[in-house]
Amino acid sequence: MTAETSTWATKKGLAQMLKGGVIMDVVTPEHARIAEDAGACAVMALERVPSDIRAAGGVARMSDPAMIEGIMAAVSIPVMAKARIGHFVEAQVLEALGVDYIDESEVLTPADEVNHIDKHQFKVPFVCGCRDLGEALRRISEGAAMIRTKGEAGTGDIVEAVRHIRTLMSDIRRLGSMREDELFVAAKELGAPYDLVKQVHDEGKLPVVNFVAGGIAIPADAALAMQLGAEGVFVGSGVFKSENPARTAEAIVQATLHFDNPKIIAEVSKGLGSPMRGIAAVTIPEAERLAVRGW
Amino acid sequence: MKIGVLALHGAVIEHIRTLRAIGVEGVPVRLPEDLEGISGLILPGGESTTMRKLVARWDLREPIMALARSGAPILGTCAGMIIVAREISGGEEPVFPLLDVTVERNAFGRQLDSFEIDLPVPILGDRPVHAIFIRAPIIERVGPGVEVLARLPDQRVVAVRQRNVLAISFHPELAGETRFHRLVATMAAEYAEPAEGAGATERRPLGEAM
Repeated sequence: MTAETSTWATKKGLAQMLKGGVIMDVVTPEHARIAEDAGACAVMALERVPSDIRAAGGVARMSDPAMIEGIMAAVSIPVMAKARIGHFVEAQVLEALGVDYIDESEVLTPADEVNHIDKHQFKVPFVCGCRDLGEALRRISEGAAMIRTKGEAGTGDIVEAVRHIRTLMSDIRRLGSMREDELFVAAKELGAPYDLVKQVHDEGKLPVVNFVAGGIAIPADAALAMQLGAEGVFVGSGVFKSENPARTAEAIVQATLHFDNPKIIAEVSKGLGSPMRGIAAVTIPEAERLAVRGW
Repeated sequence: MKIGVLALHGAVIEHIRTLRAIGVEGVPVRLPEDLEGISGLILPGGESTTMRKLVARWDLREPIMALARSGAPILGTCAGMIIVAREISGGEEPVFPLLDVTVERNAFGRQLDSFEIDLPVPILGDRPVHAIFIRAPIIERVGPGVEVLARLPDQRVVAVRQRNVLAISFHPELAGETRFHRLVATMAAEYAEPAEGAGATERRPLGEAM
């Protein structure tokens, strides 16, 4: 009767406990407290929100450990932090700090253009981005215990988030309608391990929790993501680049909870002030798109 | 008979599926009107800080307290345990002060300290419960009238019952464990139709429609 720590069930289970909730990007302990007060179920500690990363250019890396610790001390909800794609030493550092989840994120500049982090080697759970089912299953096979569709971070434009969650959900439905003898080719075409493909076919859902990220700016955006099949949402720049972050954050939490109740979404959306200004994703040149990072 | 699952956020569908597995309809509760017609309530895992705010925001405190006072069974798992405790160590205000215990939040540390273990739970029979603890709380103080249902090997208390209120630190709904839900369903059936199963009602001839 010995206890086993950091098992697959506990890694995947923490994401299950976050479902129906909102995970907010925060850059200071004060932001983290605003997010917690608004009802966020977790925070993502990072040095700059994605829209600022986009504006600043240059190389975006893991945040200062002191800043992450400051945020961990400020709130009682789980704290996540980002590592660069493939940068397993950044991940080791974040694990040593004791963060609750690591986001191997395309929002930071990739450190490896071939390999993602072997996430099975870590005790801390990972969340990874995807644009479709194949990418989601590749990340899960590397050990990701939670998935988020990528959207286009830092834009405040929901269009890419919609594209990615629709693609993922329709890929899952298509797999569910296949005969078992068609799954071998499906696995080849998805570029994903057969066992995971079979599991999605049998269960009609991903083996881990999936949130939507990348472009949520107003309560209705969050509810749209939920109605399209998200199990929760990440909000990056949408909260702290709005005119009234505390109210916007709270309204997004309520709209995520009551995503199928338009009267409540209408009520919570009243008088929030200006949302983040945003940039239309379609105007972003290919080389500056974050969603294409990771494969 | 229906059992509600507080659906403000967290592991809601897992509880509804566990109820379905034992033939009971689970209904999500997001607003006070969702409590109508339910005979028991499960408070799931999630973040207690988030639930606290949402309970207040959607005026759920009074109707849930009234449901519990009327004798309907209440089962809190993980965060659900925190929100039914009369005392939370560190001095946070209680949410639903139903259970005379003091609970310590995140008692084992952060996510890296989450774990699984097999635990004996004598009221559920000889087969141990596979218990998954995720950033779990623990019961520090057990008041009079509170029955201890399970302890860790180091004797710390992780499952209790006081009359119609049960609270457990871990997650039966993640482990395919249905016995806690069966217990709640039995209590809920008794609440819905008192003495229905106690031989107090007239026997219906076999084959006669209900």
